[in-house]
Amino acid sequence: MTWLQRIKDGILTKTIEKKETPDGLWAKCPSCKKAVQTKIVVESNYVCSCGYHYRIGSDLYFDLLFDNGQFEEHFSHLKARDVLSFTDLKAYHARLDATRKKTGLDDAMKVASGKTDGRPIVVACMDFKFIGGSMGSVVGEKIAKAVDLCLERKCALLIISRSGGARMMEAAFSLMQMAKTAAKLGQLDRAGLPYISLMTDPTTGGVSASYAMLGDFNLAEPNALIGFAGPRVIRETIKRDLPEGFQRSEFLIEKGFLDKIIDRRELKESLALFLEFMYPNASKATT
Amino acid sequence: MVFLDFEKPVADLYEQIEKLQVLAERKGVDVSDQVKSLEEQIESSRTKIYSELTRWQRVQLSRHPERPYTLYYLDQICEDFTELHGDRRYGDDKAIVAGFGKIDGESMMFIGHQKGTDAKSRQYRNFGMPNPEGYRKALRMMKIAEKFNKPVVCFIDTPGAYPGLDAEERGQAEAIARNLIEMSQLRVPIICIIIGEGASGGALGIGLGDRVLMLQNTWYSVISPESCSSILWRSWDFKETAAEQLKLTAEDMKGFGIVDQIVKEPSWGAHTEPLKMAQTIKRNIKKHLKELQTLSPEELVEKRIEKYSSIGAYA
Repeated sequence: MTWLQRIKDGILTKTIEKKETPDGLWAKCPSCKKAVQTKIVVESNYVCSCGYHYRIGSDLYFDLLFDNGQFEEHFSHLKARDVLSFTDLKAYHARLDATRKKTGLDDAMKVASGKTDGRPIVVACMDFKFIGGSMGSVVGEKIAKAVDLCLERKCALLIISRSGGARMMEAAFSLMQMAKTAAKLGQLDRAGLPYISLMTDPTTGGVSASYAMLGDFNLAEPNALIGFAGPRVIRETIKRDLPEGFQRSEFLIEKGFLDKIIDRRELKESLALFLEFMYPNASKATT
Repeated sequence: MVFLDFEKPVADLYEQIEKLQVLAERKGVDVSDQVKSLEEQIESSRTKIYSELTRWQRVQLSRHPERPYTLYYLDQICEDFTELHGDRRYGDDKAIVAGFGKIDGESMMFIGHQKGTDAKSRQYRNFGMPNPEGYRKALRMMKIAEKFNKPVVCFIDTPGAYPGLDAEERGQAEAIARNLIEMSQLRVPIICIIIGEGASGGALGIGLGDRVLMLQNTWYSVISPESCSSILWRSWDFKETAAEQLKLTAEDMKGFGIVDQIVKEPSWGAHTEPLKMAQTIKRNIKKHLKELQTLSPEELVEKRIEKYSSIGAYA
């Protein structure tokens, strides 16, 4: 029993300690606070009946998007390197080791190929639980290689972003990944191949200011925080509160930066329509 | 003269000289020997300070209030500079200037961040923090340069893209992202020179090129040392440490292969001999342009993409 109860999540809550997907028999929705059977949450692709989208990771998106859950993962050999010997409150290499152990992930992105509604696709998906989904050299290189794979197979690329931005511990190297990924997407564009960007909660900083905003189609999940500067920085700059719904998907679509907001429960069907439009007619028949 | 905190010994010596001169005038005594000896002390004190500059001190130099900005350099190195305005969509950003001009008879397009030189003009230039229309103006000028086959020269000096409400509404992220993809594909040479602060996406938004040069006392990083301190150390007090950890100086960047050349500054910083700095910059633009003009547009784009594709540190 404590005297004071924290009503809002504090900014000091460590990111990696936040629970992102429910486990156990019952799940309490972070938005509507109702307890729902985990089984039901899972069946609705981790979307609560109130519409809240849980922050799921790459494995669940791959299961959701690829036909029969069949896919091949690529470039999983790429590992982050502490090239600057960066140390803040913790050494970067130690942070990497601890995060790998805790999450079972190698970095903040996984790339896989397979079929969606019969059409070949490469999906690069970010994992927020790996150091806030931050973009470092590995994320940049995986996107570069994913583009090369698309060029080789003449197929579509989908990048699912969920990231706080560039990874500070890789300093200028992570900044340069913005240039690198944009340059590679330019190659894909020149080859006339489809690129769809799906932004999920959150997509900010260097990720939104590079590949996430460069889709032939920019899509987003409902109520995702999407922006260049984070809300806290903006609040400190302008010294007043931000309007309700600012920098959310519904705000961005009104301002003209998104093509469509898609509920995860309809993601696959919707994606299939985009692919159908973008692919030459023959591509499904030959599969 | 404005002295930075680490230049205090030098500032003190200058003050002593001033006092001596006042005394000399009042009492009519000859102080030239003492002045000469103090000047020698200044020289050796400065030499010592500048030979062991920390990363944070370089950051301070890059922000020196007397440091020359884009328009100063353009005035010095350019014939007939004609400033051009507007993004044709929303407005004319004052934090990014653009226009065409000639260097030794050769036309090119110039784009650069611009800071103000006094309280009023600093506000007018939004402290060198562009809004989306700044990046869109820059892009418009680059496309014009491409159409008329003229090289592009970008001067980078920003504490960051403006993190404001309006900037977000008008798509700061999209504006920067668009510039990156377009600059990577532009069919004319692009030379970028970091003349002051190279803060994150705000710098990179006009900073992708065939050659990236950094003046000696500048920095380039994914985040400013202050913000990095506040996020990773949860306090504003670790900016010096953050600067060390971020390894953000010209020397660091050259070592990582992220920039192509360090441009030497006058002994005590660009602001102490701005004209000399301008001439050095001019010489370097000409040198790099000469090399780049031997390449076809296809080769140029291919090499540029290759260059950026190869940046990364992973196992």
